[in-house]
Amino acid sequence: MRTRTAAPIALAAAALLTLTACGGSSDDAASEPEVSDVAAADFPEGSTMAALAESGSITIGTKFDQPLFGLVGPDGTPEGFDVEIGKIIAGALGIAPEDIDWKETISANRESFIESGQVDVVIATYTINDDRKEVVSFAGPYYEAGQSILTLADNEDIQGPDDLAGKKVCTVSGSTPEANLLENFPDTEVVPFGAYSDCLEPLRGGQVDAVSTDNVILAGFAADDPSFEVRGEPFTAEPYGIGLALDDTEFRNWINDVLEASYEDGTWTTAWENTAGSVLPTPEPPAVDRY
Amino acid sequence: MSSVLYDEPGPRARRRERIGSVIGAVLIVGVLALAFRYAWDQGLFGADRWDVLYDPPKNQTAEDVWRSMVVIGLGATLRAAAVAAPLALVLGLLLAMWRTTQHRWLRAPATAVIELFRGLPVLLMMLFALLGFGWDAFSSVVFGLTVYNMAIIAEILRAGLASLPKGQTEAAYAIGLSRVQTLLLVQLPQAVRTMLPSLVAQLVVLLKDSSLGFIVGYPELLKAMQNNAQYFGARYYVALFVVGAGIYLVVNISLTRLAVWLQGRSTRTAGTVTVDPTVTPAAPASR
Amino acid sequence: MDLLADNLPAYLSGFLFTLRLTVISGAIALVVGTVLAAMRVSPVATLRGLAVTYVELLRNTPLTLVFFFLVFVAPQFGVRTPLGFWTAVIALSAYTSAFVCEAVRSGINGVPVGQAEAARAVGLTFGQTLSLVVLPQAVRSVIPPLINVLIALAKNTSVAAGFASVELLASGRRIALANPSDAMLALAGVALFYLVITIPAGLLAGVLERKVAFAR
Repeated sequence: MRTRTAAPIALAAAALLTLTACGGSSDDAASEPEVSDVAAADFPEGSTMAALAESGSITIGTKFDQPLFGLVGPDGTPEGFDVEIGKIIAGALGIAPEDIDWKETISANRESFIESGQVDVVIATYTINDDRKEVVSFAGPYYEAGQSILTLADNEDIQGPDDLAGKKVCTVSGSTPEANLLENFPDTEVVPFGAYSDCLEPLRGGQVDAVSTDNVILAGFAADDPSFEVRGEPFTAEPYGIGLALDDTEFRNWINDVLEASYEDGTWTTAWENTAGSVLPTPEPPAVDRY
Repeated sequence: MSSVLYDEPGPRARRRERIGSVIGAVLIVGVLALAFRYAWDQGLFGADRWDVLYDPPKNQTAEDVWRSMVVIGLGATLRAAAVAAPLALVLGLLLAMWRTTQHRWLRAPATAVIELFRGLPVLLMMLFALLGFGWDAFSSVVFGLTVYNMAIIAEILRAGLASLPKGQTEAAYAIGLSRVQTLLLVQLPQAVRTMLPSLVAQLVVLLKDSSLGFIVGYPELLKAMQNNAQYFGARYYVALFVVGAGIYLVVNISLTRLAVWLQGRSTRTAGTVTVDPTVTPAAPASR
Repeated sequence: MDLLADNLPAYLSGFLFTLRLTVISGAIALVVGTVLAAMRVSPVATLRGLAVTYVELLRNTPLTLVFFFLVFVAPQFGVRTPLGFWTAVIALSAYTSAFVCEAVRSGINGVPVGQAEAARAVGLTFGQTLSLVVLPQAVRSVIPPLINVLIALAKNTSVAAGFASVELLASGRRIALANPSDAMLALAGVALFYLVITIPAGLLAGVLERKVAFAR
């Protein structure tokens, strides 16, 4: 069965769209967001939306090594919650999932990919913050994560960030969690890699004591491997946004409309339940921040 | 060569050497056997460590795994090298010519560019492009590879020009060729020829350096290995590494062989200057 | 410029890390590389084969792959090196020793044949010929290429930035990413520190090279 949802056709109508059936999500992992039947002419002339709808394809940057959010197998098909959000946005532009061009972004190159126009949007567990807002702009948030800690299941010494003093903590170079550890927990010995997946082997072997990043990322690793466990409550708020070009306010507002419509009509919930929802409880969608 | 350092062995020495070699061989075999035994105990040869190469889990096909490594991963590695190598050769040639200009102050900028780029890590140049110019990963890798190797190639060619007998230039001037004509028609053809092995050796360095793309987020061979290990599970790292390292060795050793073969040829035909393809004063053992 | 001044401590600690990496890995690589070179010219075939295999393998392997092996692959069969500094030292000295070996070997080859012949004529053994006659003379012509190998090593330490070491490049990258609008400046700071090492060393190699050339 393919879940049918009404398509958010026009901006004004989007928020008013009716909820449609999406109850069968748990047994329907292959459900795809609806591709709406729109044309470039439905968007303001000269807008990014019109250009994308016209070209019939969109380039989206996402992580390729992040279980639950963006993970790619050797066949090249990405899967995860970020990927589903990308499909919702593409669908609202009339672009089918197979016409999305997925590009791998790592934490260090997300801004530069947007600035140079290599990607149209970045949906990659991308925390909204003020430094980044100087160079790119953010639609959303579409999810609110929080920094947390992952340790070996049999290590109960670390229950929160204050227990990290003097411990080796693996994280990603250039990421928000790294900056937070350096600034607020200076006694922690930060071990930076290029990707979170790099941290798992050192953690397993005891070369680092913990991995620290957003709770949902860690939950993905813990779900894959029972020898890891997430410790304590999140100690920061990490609103995930959709990164796009700095001055494209029109596109940003439109994406926010699409997100709100997906909150209303249940596609957001379906996307969550089909991906990260397999190991995490379903949250309330966060309010988008129209700055 | 080595026979200069010790006498042609007599019957007794030969026996001693043979015994030494046998003992050495036995030791090596012993160490290998111990390593094998250790690896066996670690479960390194179990099917669950290798089936990713012929019958991968998670509903993927072996074809997809090999394709992601050989076609996509190695393809990306070769693509970066194939774009950067000609660029570096052409720019290096131009820089080398510029550097032979008569006037000191005209020469200075070329010297400065060469010294600057030779003195910086390739990875830093890639980061400049990635974070500074905001380029994508592919262009950043190509940029880093190009500017570094351009400087090295310019130095190789300069050494080649310097190694030519003075008579060549004098003869060229004597028959009325201009300085540029002398450079293009007489000096460079000989310099490129004598330095061909060094140039090929430098291309091996360039190809190896493309693996730095791993650190700047360019999805090349190493990244393909890691993505597969991440997707299928860390226990497959060994199998994936054996394939990936094997690919690098085959490609690089073939190129090195080519350099040695070219050296043999150029020694025979040019017969003037021989240059060790691997160690020259201008382009020493870099990466 | 404020950016550089404000982050000077971070740059300096990265620079020191890079220096320590270079010095320690360089020292190990010089020793191991010289031993390998002696093995390569020795009369015992097994030793020669071992050294040739090692040098050929390492020279045709990207340094990134050596790091990758130590950090991700070796733990899969229970070999775990201490992450960060010492892993980098092992990778860098293993890699660099292959190039040291090549430089020393070509230096040995550069010593006139008559020297070794004369040494043998007066009855010196292989070990004595090598250590008392050939190597001392090889040293002179080997020093400039060796300095170049060490310069390459200093630059190669930057690869450790991708594998859990906060050396010079990683410090600069951290600063660049924390100040996305000043990334160029942050990286230019890194470049300055590298040039402080590489340019004087390069000049020294050049001077020595000319000296050796004249002395011959």
